[in-house]
Amino acid sequence: MSILVNKNTRVLTQGITGATGQIHTRACKEYGTQMVGGVVPGKGGTDFEGIPIFDTVEQARKATGANATVIYVPPPFAADAILEAVAAGIELVICITEGVPVLDMVKVRRYMRGTSSRLIGPNCPGVITPGECKIGIMPGYIHKPGGVGVVSRSGTLTYEAVYQLTQLGIGQSSCVGIGGDPIVGSGHIDILKLFNADPATRAVIMIGEIGGSAEEEAAQYIKESFKKPVVAFIAGQTAPKGRRMGHAGAIISGGRGTAADKIAALMAANIAVAMSPAELGITMKNLLDSKAA
Amino acid sequence: MNIHEFQAKQVLAGFGVPVPKGQPASTVAEAGTAFEMLGQGKAVIKAQIHAGGRGKAGGVKLISSAAEAREFAAKILDKPLVTHQTGPEGRVVRRVYVEQASEVARELYLGMVVDRKAESVAVIASTEGGMEIEEVAAKTPERILTEPVDPVIGLAGFQARKIAFALGLRDKQVGQFGALIGALYRAFVETDASLIEINPLVVTKDGSVICLDAKMAFDDNALFRHPEIRELRDANEEDPAETEASKYDLSYVHLDGNIGCMVNGAGLAMATMDIVKYYGAEPANFLDVGGGANSQKVAAAFRILLADDRVKAVLVNIFGGIMLCDVLAQGVVDAAREVKLNIPLVVRMEGTNVDKGKQILKDSGIKVIAANDMADAARRVVEAIGQQA
Repeated sequence: MSILVNKNTRVLTQGITGATGQIHTRACKEYGTQMVGGVVPGKGGTDFEGIPIFDTVEQARKATGANATVIYVPPPFAADAILEAVAAGIELVICITEGVPVLDMVKVRRYMRGTSSRLIGPNCPGVITPGECKIGIMPGYIHKPGGVGVVSRSGTLTYEAVYQLTQLGIGQSSCVGIGGDPIVGSGHIDILKLFNADPATRAVIMIGEIGGSAEEEAAQYIKESFKKPVVAFIAGQTAPKGRRMGHAGAIISGGRGTAADKIAALMAANIAVAMSPAELGITMKNLLDSKAA
Repeated sequence: MNIHEFQAKQVLAGFGVPVPKGQPASTVAEAGTAFEMLGQGKAVIKAQIHAGGRGKAGGVKLISSAAEAREFAAKILDKPLVTHQTGPEGRVVRRVYVEQASEVARELYLGMVVDRKAESVAVIASTEGGMEIEEVAAKTPERILTEPVDPVIGLAGFQARKIAFALGLRDKQVGQFGALIGALYRAFVETDASLIEINPLVVTKDGSVICLDAKMAFDDNALFRHPEIRELRDANEEDPAETEASKYDLSYVHLDGNIGCMVNGAGLAMATMDIVKYYGAEPANFLDVGGGANSQKVAAAFRILLADDRVKAVLVNIFGGIMLCDVLAQGVVDAAREVKLNIPLVVRMEGTNVDKGKQILKDSGIKVIAANDMADAARRVVEAIGQQA
């Protein structure tokens, strides 16, 4: 078992002929993901390395039976691409694109209310179930099938955590990058709920960063309802106030959203917080060993 | 992106938001002329910098003659103004804004932000105008009203009235306020603002409602569709290194330490700063070279890092996913040669093409301290500055 994606997931690429779309569609296919179609308006009827291309998501879904889509289209068109996927009834929509205007996301989230689609991202690395299905831009080879779920607002910091786990011989059930923007489709809690219900996930690493209050809310949820051990890390302990640290959502505004507040909330919920990013893997190992003992 | 008060008032006035009549001036003579153009008895002259707290810092004055306008301008122009938001070095005042004085009966607070939790724009209103809203939130949260706005409906009439009554507005002020907040919301949405803060919004002695101060910030991700807003950028208000970095699409934030950091990915870049601190030193910067960096971009990043003469050692931490380690290594080598690097360089690389990357560094003849992992890298770079001292 796993969450969100597995060997049966059938995936479309929106923006398959762009530079990024090409590289990562190829890499995902090589990993073993069922890349069943691409969507590029005006290029319907052609193909990308044997993968058929359609003009619209609706046509692509009907022809291929796709139940997931990954979006690499440039920021001005990304919100429209998400809307198109949701309108076509795609269950899982993953938007990798960085730089989507936040008010576009306000409209997208309003549009998605009451639909059965789930959105991951934007501004995220994607989702992987090691050994089964990789959707997104993460390097596949650092992953290993196993029982630790990973949820994170950061891309490369997730790779760091996964790499540490794999080096220690600990595999992952699924890894989800939820994205670094202020408004994203799925938050920490949404993903934690899926991990809670997944029998293959024994424990979870949650990686947060400064800005907003998603980690504080997740801490509350974990304390009340989460049944599995959690290791957390918060990036940005040394970040100055009022400055945006790369990610659109990573900013301490009005004194709120500091790493110190988030770490305090996590600790109050009895979550094992790694104080150094180099200790994510070992903290998890120690936690798992102590449970096994 | 932030803009000045006078620019925010011009933008808002364009949407029909009531603001006092005013005129910016960048010289002493212009300040006098600005006063005369307003053609009335009293005016307020205000220093224009991208920071709050100007009033308390002596950056705002009530005046009643062109001579006073010139006198104030002479005193404040081209000198740093230190407020509690600027840091001890202050910000150089390059412009003043001269505007009609208002007779204030009541001071209120009105703001608009993107509310992450509500996933919408939200109005924040308070009767406690003139105070910082964070302070009000901490001391008297019951005096703050937050009203989320449905993006499909827009700000509904009942919401405008609800806020007006909560602010204690009466009679024809309620209608006036409704028009004001409607225009403010349109301005927010149509310019892709990330923040509008009217503090204070005032009720004048003759009973009208007007924006006495105005602050606006914009979503950087949406600037591509607002060339008119992009033109309002004031490079003088930005760190030159940060402006230089943005030309190469690099995300850089200057900090006060002495270990220069170059990392790919925002989360890993923050975590790298954190681990430098964890091992007892201070990072000199946040620098995310991004996912698709080429070797020119890496070289530019390196030059920007080393231009800061407080930097005593450099830590490169790359987890190559999209970014290839050999490309990174070539960029580092090129830049190190170009700038004749003479401080310790610690490189930690992992990910795609890592072996090729390590070989390039090895063959380059440049002195590189290779690190095995993130903790090892942080320890080595801290050790390197320790030896120098």
